[in-house]
Amino acid sequence: MSDGRPFLEVKDLQIHFPTDDGLVRSVDGLSFSVERGRTLGIVGESGSGKSVTSLGIMGLYHKRNSQMSGEIWLDGHELVSAGSETVRGQRGRKMAMIFQDPLSSMHPYYTVGSQIVEAYRVHNKVSKQVARKHAIDLLDRVGIPQAARRVDDYPHQFSGGMRQRAMIAMALSCDPELLIADEPTTALDVTVQAQILDLMRDLQREFNSALIIITHDLGVVAELAEEILVMYAGRAVEQGPAVTIFEQPEHPYTWGLLGSMPRLDQAVTDRLLPIPGSPPSLINPPSGCAFHPRCTFEPRTAGLGRTVMPELTGAAGSTHLVRCHLPADERQRIWAQEVKPKMEAQ
Amino acid sequence: MITYIIRRLFAAVVLLFIVSAATFSIFYLIPRLVGGTPETLATRYVGRAATAETVTLIAEKLGFYDPFWIQYANWVKGIFVGAEYDYGAGVESCPAPCFGYSFITRQPVWPDLLDRVPVTLSLAIGASILWLAFGLTTGVVSALRRGSFLDRAAMTFSLAGVSLPIFFTGMIALLVFSYKLNLTAPGGTYTPFFESPSQWAYALLLPWIVLALQFSAQYARLTRAGMLETMSEDYIRTARAKGLKDRDVNLKHGLRSALTPILTIFGLDFGLLLGGAVLTEQVFSLPGLGKYAVDAITTNDLPKVLGVTLMAATFVVVANLIVDLLYAVVDPRVRVG
Repeated sequence: MSDGRPFLEVKDLQIHFPTDDGLVRSVDGLSFSVERGRTLGIVGESGSGKSVTSLGIMGLYHKRNSQMSGEIWLDGHELVSAGSETVRGQRGRKMAMIFQDPLSSMHPYYTVGSQIVEAYRVHNKVSKQVARKHAIDLLDRVGIPQAARRVDDYPHQFSGGMRQRAMIAMALSCDPELLIADEPTTALDVTVQAQILDLMRDLQREFNSALIIITHDLGVVAELAEEILVMYAGRAVEQGPAVTIFEQPEHPYTWGLLGSMPRLDQAVTDRLLPIPGSPPSLINPPSGCAFHPRCTFEPRTAGLGRTVMPELTGAAGSTHLVRCHLPADERQRIWAQEVKPKMEAQ
Repeated sequence: MITYIIRRLFAAVVLLFIVSAATFSIFYLIPRLVGGTPETLATRYVGRAATAETVTLIAEKLGFYDPFWIQYANWVKGIFVGAEYDYGAGVESCPAPCFGYSFITRQPVWPDLLDRVPVTLSLAIGASILWLAFGLTTGVVSALRRGSFLDRAAMTFSLAGVSLPIFFTGMIALLVFSYKLNLTAPGGTYTPFFESPSQWAYALLLPWIVLALQFSAQYARLTRAGMLETMSEDYIRTARAKGLKDRDVNLKHGLRSALTPILTIFGLDFGLLLGGAVLTEQVFSLPGLGKYAVDAITTNDLPKVLGVTLMAATFVVVANLIVDLLYAVVDPRVRVG
């Protein structure tokens, strides 16, 4: 922090995987930053590169079968060029991760407590008794009833929501300053989802950590995030403050995401507005703007969309960035006059 | 857990009875299928010179005219309380547990079996330690270095190990290491452990290696496949995300899961081996249960064959039972109920 860098700064991150069919460009030039105490939501369809981004930050890809370039600065330390042992030392201690499916993400043969103890003792030289006490405190803190008894249960003896609470306890065991949650509520019941989101918000305030929420569910992002990054085909297509993205989204893809989000205030007979087509290949991405084959507004770019990749730009001094060929005033006009009324009218 | 153990024990006992009935009926039926009668069976015990009356009398005394189920009941009774056989030349006693009485060697079968168990046990234990150590290590390293030269070399070697039969590798090994190089003991020099541990190990070294070679090849492949599968599990990613060292991730989290199916197969293999490593014992002239079985079959000594078969079946059933119980220890998800 002394050099004025944000707590986490990702600069031009590229994560590519060589395969027999060609190079998969899962993340292709991504830049963003998160401060302590702030929450960033990364949103996108399956295959947009959001999970790859999180696993890349955690250093969970082997150099053997992946190519990573760019910079990841975590609290003044660069991680992409750092040795794997250095990154391992940061994992779990400085940055921790919560995964999507808590049942498959916990080892079935070890008790919940021993898995938390293990996470704590990797980075802290304490006795097993002390670590166990710590594990019970953590389980208690994340809302597991009778934590002192449940600490010796196996993951399969926990309910889905409790398992995710235990996963959170495990991630928090070393007081990480950066917490990455990859689809933390996707595998859970709707009622439990809200509890888990509440818990994460409370814990973030308590620990003042930087939080990255990765999801395809805009509802989750609306609950928690202050900043939003919308990803498409390995790149950011729109990023900025959450309020702006929800109130005045400017990228056609973001409009599509918002249009395909079910809302309780709509009649059930109303149809959603899905995005036509499917996510593009990451080996042979479309020419020009990666979104152009699915974009309703592509004809208005005078052919630019098919040939040139648009830059991620915004108005001077603004933190709201959009990657689109349409001029900013045109985008705002389309949103206000064409897209928004249709969403509200349906 | 207690009810589970009791239920499994009960099932094992029932299974043993079924096995014994099946084995007995096979050996009861076989002589009759090839045209044998109670008289021809009795002839084998009293010699060809006996008169027809003597033969009938002996067949009567030995219970050969009894219905099948009575003969079976008498045989089972012998296991628990012992039996006496009268074939004219005097009464031979066969104390419990009487697994049958060989009329060719005029000996009860049970002491023979007891003599041979230590040989087979020595062979099986030594070989399994070798193959577990070698097979698991090779499998783990191959899986972690998938596609490397080491992986391909190990898998080619293990394919050869799986494919080559013991009567081939054993013969070649004997020829090269014992007779040409004089490094290991020649066949037929088995010494009991309590007489001379060094002689015991010296005689068994080559059989251990030859037997282990075949199994370690199979176990290396199993371990490699299991490791490749578990290392792509979500919980391995979690373990790495915690910042665990690679060694802990690979062994404590990866191998731990991959071991479960290997445990099952090991239990079966070990149980089967205890019933006699037929080929290995034959090639190296080791006086174990396998060689005993082969000798009994070649001399047509049915009570011996019956006894050794039941013994082998018991080992398999018991090994299975132990594996089932161990499974509950290894995998906490099995413990319910």
